[in-house]
Parts: sequence; C-alpha cells; structure tokens
Amino acid sequence: MDDLREKYLGLIAGAADEAALESLRVEAVGKKGEISLKMRELGKMSPEERQVAGPALNALKDEVNAALSAKKAALEDAALDARLAEEWLDVTLPARPRRGGTVHPVPQVMEEVSAIFADLGFSVAEGPQIETDWHSFDALNIPWHHSARAEMDTFYMARADGDDRPPNVLRPHTSPVQIRSMQEQGAPIRIIAPGRVFRADYDQTHTPMFHQIEGLAIDRDISMANLKWVLEEFAAAFFEVEKIEVRFRASHFPFTEPSAEIDFRCSWEGGKLKLGEGDDWLEAGGSGMVHPNVLQAAGVDPEVWQGFAFGLGIDRLAMLKYGIPDLRAFFESDLRWLRHYGFVGLDVPTLHGGLRG
Amino acid sequence: MKFTLSWLKEHLETEATVEEIAETLTDLGLEVEEVVNPLDTLKPFTIGKVVSTEQHPDADRLRVCEVETDRGMKQIICGAPNARAGITVVVAHPGTYVPGIDTTIQVGKIRGVESHGMMASEREMELSDEHDGIIELPSGEVGESFADWLIENDPAKVDPVIEIAITPNRGDALGVHGIARDLAARGLGRLIETPVAPVPGAFPCPIGVTIDADALEHAPVFAGRVIRGVKNGPSPAWLQARLKAIGLRPISALVDITNFFTFDRNRPLHVFDADKVAGDLRVHLATGGEELLALDEKTYRFRRDQVLISDDKAVESIAGIMGGEVSGVTGETVNVFLESAYWNPVTTALTARDLKINSDAKYRFERGVDPAFTLPGLELATAMVLELCGGEPSEVVVAGEVPVDDRAYRLDTKRIESLVGMSLPEEEQRATLEALGFRLEGDMAHPPSWRPDVRGQADLVEEVARIASLTKLEPKPMTRPTQGIARPILTLHQKRERAARRTMAALGYNECVTYSFIDRASAELFGGGGEETRLENPISSEMSHMRPALLPGLLQAAARNQARGFADLALFEVGAAFHGGEPGEQHTQVSGLLVGHTGPRDPHGSRRPVDVFDVRADAEAVLAALGAPAKVQVLRGARDWWHPGRHAMIALGPKKVLGVFGELHPKVLRAMDVKGPAMALTIWPDEVPEPRSKGPGRAALEISDLQAVERDFAFVVDAGVEALALVNAAQGADKTLIESVSVFDEFVGGAVGEGKKSLAIAVRLQPSETTLTEEDIDAVAARIVDKVEKATGGVLRG
Repeated sequence: MDDLREKYLGLIAGAADEAALESLRVEAVGKKGEISLKMRELGKMSPEERQVAGPALNALKDEVNAALSAKKAALEDAALDARLAEEWLDVTLPARPRRGGTVHPVPQVMEEVSAIFADLGFSVAEGPQIETDWHSFDALNIPWHHSARAEMDTFYMARADGDDRPPNVLRPHTSPVQIRSMQEQGAPIRIIAPGRVFRADYDQTHTPMFHQIEGLAIDRDISMANLKWVLEEFAAAFFEVEKIEVRFRASHFPFTEPSAEIDFRCSWEGGKLKLGEGDDWLEAGGSGMVHPNVLQAAGVDPEVWQGFAFGLGIDRLAMLKYGIPDLRAFFESDLRWLRHYGFVGLDVPTLHGGLRG
Repeated sequence: MKFTLSWLKEHLETEATVEEIAETLTDLGLEVEEVVNPLDTLKPFTIGKVVSTEQHPDADRLRVCEVETDRGMKQIICGAPNARAGITVVVAHPGTYVPGIDTTIQVGKIRGVESHGMMASEREMELSDEHDGIIELPSGEVGESFADWLIENDPAKVDPVIEIAITPNRGDALGVHGIARDLAARGLGRLIETPVAPVPGAFPCPIGVTIDADALEHAPVFAGRVIRGVKNGPSPAWLQARLKAIGLRPISALVDITNFFTFDRNRPLHVFDADKVAGDLRVHLATGGEELLALDEKTYRFRRDQVLISDDKAVESIAGIMGGEVSGVTGETVNVFLESAYWNPVTTALTARDLKINSDAKYRFERGVDPAFTLPGLELATAMVLELCGGEPSEVVVAGEVPVDDRAYRLDTKRIESLVGMSLPEEEQRATLEALGFRLEGDMAHPPSWRPDVRGQADLVEEVARIASLTKLEPKPMTRPTQGIARPILTLHQKRERAARRTMAALGYNECVTYSFIDRASAELFGGGGEETRLENPISSEMSHMRPALLPGLLQAAARNQARGFADLALFEVGAAFHGGEPGEQHTQVSGLLVGHTGPRDPHGSRRPVDVFDVRADAEAVLAALGAPAKVQVLRGARDWWHPGRHAMIALGPKKVLGVFGELHPKVLRAMDVKGPAMALTIWPDEVPEPRSKGPGRAALEISDLQAVERDFAFVVDAGVEALALVNAAQGADKTLIESVSVFDEFVGGAVGEGKKSLAIAVRLQPSETTLTEEDIDAVAARIVDKVEKATGGVLRG
C-alpha cells in the first residue's frame, strides 16, 4: 500500500499538464484504477483483514484525490499566470480620446450671480434684446432730447419707409427689464436681470455687445443703506473673500435718485488686483434709489413703494474674478481661449458647494 | 471741466489741500478725473549758482560749468547759450527725473568730460515752452527748493490743475463758482460772493435787438450792449496763464474774456465786431437753407426752425453754439457788441447734434446755464472789457425776458432716513440746502435758478445726502422676503437653458458667445438678412443684421479656428435668434457644430470623421435633458441650409419641431469658408412640452419576473426603405408582447444585390402573464415577418 501511495503521489506531483493528471486519475482512482481495483478486493478478505485494509485504502483514495485536486488547482494557477503574463499591455498608451467640453465664462458668471441673489430672494428676469425706445429711455426718465440718449451710442433698428413709429433699439442697458418686470409683477419685487446689451463702440476695452446684470428691489421700506449692504454681501460672496467694502460716490443717472457709483475696495500691488484690501477703489457699476418717475412709468405707486436698482458689468466681473485680460476675446470663440477660460460642464455654481465647482 | 487751484480759491476761501479738495469733489459727485500738480515733479529741483565756465575742449557749443549747489560744487556740462558765470540756475542732480525730456539724470561723460547733473530750462520742467536757454532766476539762494521759490515768486507756474467729469444734470458745476459752492456746502471753505455792480451806459445802444415771437420759446432773452473804442490786443499774462492751464489757447483780450466767463461762471458770451453788424440783431427761427461761415471756418447750412441771430443782411451767429467768422472780433476791432443770452437747452442740443458742432457754449447751454445770471454776466464781462481793453459802454438792450421757473418742493426731513437710510438733524438738512442756494419758506424748498435739474422731493433728498456724503452711508442688512430657507427662483425656461448648456459641455462641446448681429450674406444663408432685422446704424457691415439662427455665428467661429489650424471642432451656443425686428420676436436656440474628426489620431484606431449620427446622439441627449418625450417623430424636410438627404427633424408632429440634426449643405459651408463636411444640431428648448405631472412622485415601477426573450431578424429591403418604417412595422406585430425593437446592423449592396440593403433588428419580447413557449415565439415571429413584408416589401433573409 505504501508503494501505491508513493507511486501515485510522486506521479501526481510530476504531472506536466491537466491531461497527464486526468490519465493518472483514471489509472489510480478511475473505475478500473489500481486503487479502485484494490478496493474491490476487500470483499474477498476476511473481516479482520478488511478492518485493517478498508480504512487504509479509503485513506489512500482520499489522499490521492486531494493530491489530484491540489495539483489541478496548481496547474490552473500556473496556466492563468502564463496567460496573464501574455496579456501584458503597454498601459502607457493613451486612452481613446474623449472631447472635453466647456461652459463660457459669461453664462458661468451669470449663474454665479444668480445663485447669490437667489439666496436673498431675487428671481431672474429676462427681457427682449430688441426693445422699444419707450422701455429703453422714456420709461427710465430719459426723455427724447436727453443727452444720455446720444451719449449711449445706441443701435437702432431700421424702419421701413413710411413707417413713422419711433425705431426700436438694441437695448443699451438691461434697465428696460426693470420696467417690464414691474409692469408684469407690480410691487413688492426683487429681480436680477442678466443679459446682452449693445452700444456702438469698438476699441481696446469696448465691444459692441457686452453683458450687464440689473438688480431691482422694490418694497415699502427698502433704503439706499440696504443697497449698500446687498452690494457688499454680493461682492464678498462673488469674489469669495471675507469682506469687500463698497464705496458710494454721488453721481447722476436719470433713472435713480439719489444715484451713486459703486466702487469696491481693492489694491493693485505689483499689477495684481486684490479685492477687499488696500487703499484703491475699483469702479464696479452704477446704482441708486429708483426714480419716482420710473416707478410711475412702470405702474407702481411711488407714494407707497420705493427701492433700489443697480447695474454691473458681467464681462467685467468675469475678467476681474478670473483674471481674463481682454474683453474682445470673449466673443471671438478662439478654441484655445474657450478651453483655457471655460468651465467644465459639472462646475455648477452653488452657494453650499462654493461658486467654483 | 478743468480749473486750477488758484482759480478755485478766488471763489472759495479755504485752507484745504489740493488732495482734500480732489477727494471731496469726487465724493460730491463731481468726479475728479485728473489732478496735475506741477509741484509733484518739481520737488527735487534746487537752486544753484554758476561760479565759472570754461569752453569744452572737444565741443564748440558746450561749456564746462562749475556750479555751486546744495551738494557742494559740481561740474556740469551745459549747451545753453546763456550759461555763464554769475547766474542763478535750477539744478537737477543725478537721479532726478526731468519730465520735459522724460529722462532721469545720470552722472555721465559728455565728449570725454564728466557732468554731474543738469541745469534746466522751463520746457524741461514742463513749466512753459521756453527753451532758448536755461532758467536764469532773478533771486534765490543756493540750495533753496525751486518749488518753494516758484510758490513765492511765480505761483501761477505751479498752480495745480484739476479736471472733473460733469454728469448731465450739473450744468452749474461747469463754472468754477458753482464748484466752489458745492465745496462750501460740504464745509470745505467759504464761498466768496461779490455783488455785481451794473456798469452805467454812456450812450444809447446803437444796435437794437429783437426776438421773433415764434422764437421766444427757444430764445427767451437776448441782451447786449455796444462798447466803443476798445483796443483788442493780447490779454494780460494772468488771464493767458489761466486759459492755458485749462488747455485753451489765448486769442485776444475780447475772446479770452468771453472764455474766462464761460469757465468762471458758466456764462457763455459772444462778442460781435459792431462795425460788421449791419443794422440791428434779430433772433429768429431759420426758414431753412440759410448758411453761415462759422468761427471754426466751416460753413453750416440750417434746417427749418433752428435758432439763428441775424443782422439786417445775413446770419451772424448760431444761437448758443457758435458765432460767425465775418462778424467775429479781430485785432483791428474797435467797436463791439457784447451778447449775453439764454437759449433753450433742448433746442441747443438738437441743433448742435444736427450740425455736428461741439463748442464750450453749446456744451453749457444744453445742460442749462443760470438764466438769472444773464444780465449780471453781461455786467461782469463789460467791466472786464473796460479794464483790459478800455472803451465806453452803451446802455444795455434786452429783448424778451429772463425766464423764471420758480417752483418748490416740500422738504420732508424724515425722507432722508427712510429713502437713504441716513439720519441727519433737520437744521443740518436745511443748512445744506441753503448753502446750495435753495430758498426755504417754512418746509418748502425753492431750488435756485442755476439748478434746473431739481424737479422733485427725491432731488432734495439727493442734494442733502450728497453733501452729507454717501461714502459715509452705513450699510444696513435687507430682510429676506421669506423667513427660513430660500425658495427656488428659476423658471422652466431658465432651467432648460442651463440643462442644455451643461449637457452640451458634458458631451464635449465648447461653448461660444457670438454676437447677436451678423453680416447680411451669412444671415441670408439661414433665412434671415431681411429689412425687418436690419440695423439702421451698424458698427460695420459684418454686424448689420440680427442673427436668424446661431449656426452662422458658429460657422464663422469654426472658419476662424480652422484658419488657426484647428480642424476638429465641437462648438455650441445657447442664445437668442431673431425672427423679426419687434421686441419679443426672438426665440432661444441651442446649436452645436461638429467639424473634422471625433478626436486626434490614437493607437486604437477610434478616430473617424464626425457624422450625422454623432449629432443625432447629442441632439437626443440634449432633448432628454430637457425632459422631451422619448417617443418622437423623425421627419425630413427642414430648411435648405441642411444637406437634403442627410438631416432630420425631431418632432412631435409636423408643426411641433423640437430640434434638427444633420449635415450642413456644402454650398453654405463654401459660402462661409468652412472646410466641411460639418454636422450640426439645433434645439428649440421652448418647444419641448411642459412636464405633465406637477408633483415630484413617479409612476409605479412595473417589472415582470418572467424571462424576456430576444430574437434577431434580418430583412432585405430596397435601399431607400427607412429603418424606422421597418422598426415601426415590427413593433406593430404585437403591441403588448414586444417591448422594444432595435436596429443593430445595416449592410448595403454587395451580396444582397444592387439597390438593396439588409437591415437587422433585435426584437425583445417581454411576457407579463405566462412564460413564452416556442410556439408563442414562432407565432409572434411570423407576424413580425408578415408585417415587415407588407409595410416595406422586405424579405426575411435566409
């Protein structure tokens, strides 16, 4: 019996492949295998002999079976290892290319601004890019002869011969949206209106189209001090700094009274802009308390309602925040620019996640 | 508006520095654009004395000077003809920046001889144009600061010049006196007011003045007087210096006097040569066609109803804008007519705009000069003419009447608290208004005649707040409209724009923002370019029409990028396109453009030219993101900028088109210089129906535990048969059992025969009640084959 054991364990250990192992299995424990035949002989033995040989044979059979399956697993592992070794890939090869898309800084910044003002209860209003001159000027307390009309370099739409209605304009500011929103919703109202505006001006720092954001808040008791607070809150949230002091400089706009230019505290050390610190001031836009004539024109009773309006340049906000140097490049669609200054699609600005995704 | 510090100090008694004044002006709403203080650059210059000079050994024109300075004796090479021993000079030591030559002085060798500094001319220090030699001072000690010497001996040379921007409402600040009034109201000094004494006339005015009745509305008052026997030489140095400091060229005493009052008092005047005026002066409306050679040497032709001043023979002046050349004063003028009038701001502005004339007078009249100062201004100017030019004044003649616009608004002293959020004592508010010239009667405030812009209570608040300083306004938190958590604010339209944008970016497109206007030819290619979307005054022919679609702008962007060497492009834009020229005749589009290949070359061979099915996938992804229904129609027959055979509309019906995808027409690409082919998509997000269910709840999920079965079929059909027809036919074979039908193979020509193609579909059967038997499956399969054959003429491939 020991001879058998040694013979088969030796053969199994030496089996070169699964086929050799299988023939060994048949030879040893197959139906007509050497060990199986030995076990058949048990019947011819005396009970005493059987009592000794039976368990021994069974143990041998188990041992050989175990050795067979162990060897089988080892052979499989070796085969797998060999296959895996063959399957080596040069993983330094590049991936299949996938295009990376981008969102333009202007809509991105519009979303940032909307997220901030939404928190203060401002909704987003929109208005047409082609406007009536009434919505663009008259209703905003800019009568037909006012110098502001000439100074704004307004684009006019053509009128057919014989059509003597005043020509429509490409809105030179987002302020007409104030009028439309108040006409539609009345007061109280809180809106921002981001959008395209147009002025006939094209040089180093001007493009004939750019983007503004209008803000309007009308209620019974909204004051210019509230305006200053809202602008300071906005500036700090937008530029993602602790605090930005806002300076109001008295000014004049036909549609607000009192009127103030908005400056943000900043420093320009070494040509680098830092907002919220330093002794310089950065001009950011115009603002004021909505002129009673404007409220009246929009159907809101100035005896009951009051509030503020402001206008900021979106392109300019984007340039300041993200360090984009040239306004004209915003509208040139140079792929290199779009990729460099654009935002990935999932960079959705939120207040809880931070404006920059 | 420019003025100098010393000029201001004639109207304002103040100890304030120029920096304080500048800061205050800006805060008051008179924004300082620039302060030029010559002392800033003059600080390092000191006074020295030339002790001896010697001829330069190697240069005829140069002298080697020994100069006594605050830093001891210095050798300085000088080329000025007047450099000689004994003169007192101005020295720039090495390291000093000399503004007139934009150079910092260095120790250097000039033709082999060392020079330790420079002796400066007036031009080199930007004090004047004088450059005939170096400065020779009549006094001054060695080592003394030259700036100090100037302050003491020639203050006009170092008078700081302040330039401010004037908002359209503040005509009164176009005179130095008005600026001083604002500063005084703020408490920066005391306004100096001197009563105007009338100058008695020595004889009746020989030139009469009249205003036509129909012109009175535009020209309410016209006054003047003759001054005879004047001598019109150059004006005195102080006046010349003042005008030069603010950038005006001195011309002659008479002209300089009118310019002086224009800036000093915001009181434009005009002087006629009385000997060239034929008869009387008449203010009237143009009948149209009159002409005048004006002082700017241009001839203007007038339209009907523009306001003119004529004598008995011809037009002599454009009211409030510019005088005529013929009746203008010259060096030979001896008798003059001095005019002071008040012109309607709107009329002046419109006339000047029409004639395209800009003048200091027009700039002021259109913003509103003080009508009440018409006659005092005439008297002040008369006095100055007499002082500077001599002569004898006539009595004053006046046509019309000085317009009076007395009005009053109630000063509600609580309003500043409620409107601005500033709390100011009543006395302070009243004092502010009085300092600005308002007359208070009880709580009614009458604006002064020089403030035509004050038109209501809010203006009073503005004045009080402005003088109190908006810089000092303390921010106050604004309450939220709702307690607690902020409510959503975006509209469905806004959410869709955002979803479309983010989806396109995620699909690998780069977002562009292109102009809303485009050239006519490009607009025409996309169904626009008509008269109704034309701009009357485009900035260039490249931007003449409102864009009818976003694709032309994207194609131009593609062409520009191709020219830069970028061939593989995926661009998109979300924005408005215009189908008319009235407000609201715009609609939102989402457009994407693919040109070139799917990507760069790669070792996996995945690069291929972009095709229609790329944009179809992207269009479907965007529509899915917008919540469009999954079941849509795919129709041909979109507009003619698409490839006729390679595009389709995704629609809910022939009149409800949600989007188009396909290849763009090669002719369009050629016209726009784009190397094609180009694939494009356009989605109209607002066409997607609003979601039907309002609530957030979803329909219950129905899933079957029974095994689904998938069977493949291949049909040979005519090459022109559309896959969708075959799919729909198969789908119709059993509407409950067939869960989906999808095309997985197309094979054209070859073994299936010319003009034929093979389409392979996978049909998924999902039983809901009992497990399918082979017989059930065979029965459905037979019906599918039958339906497809009937609908498409297709034959099942063996």
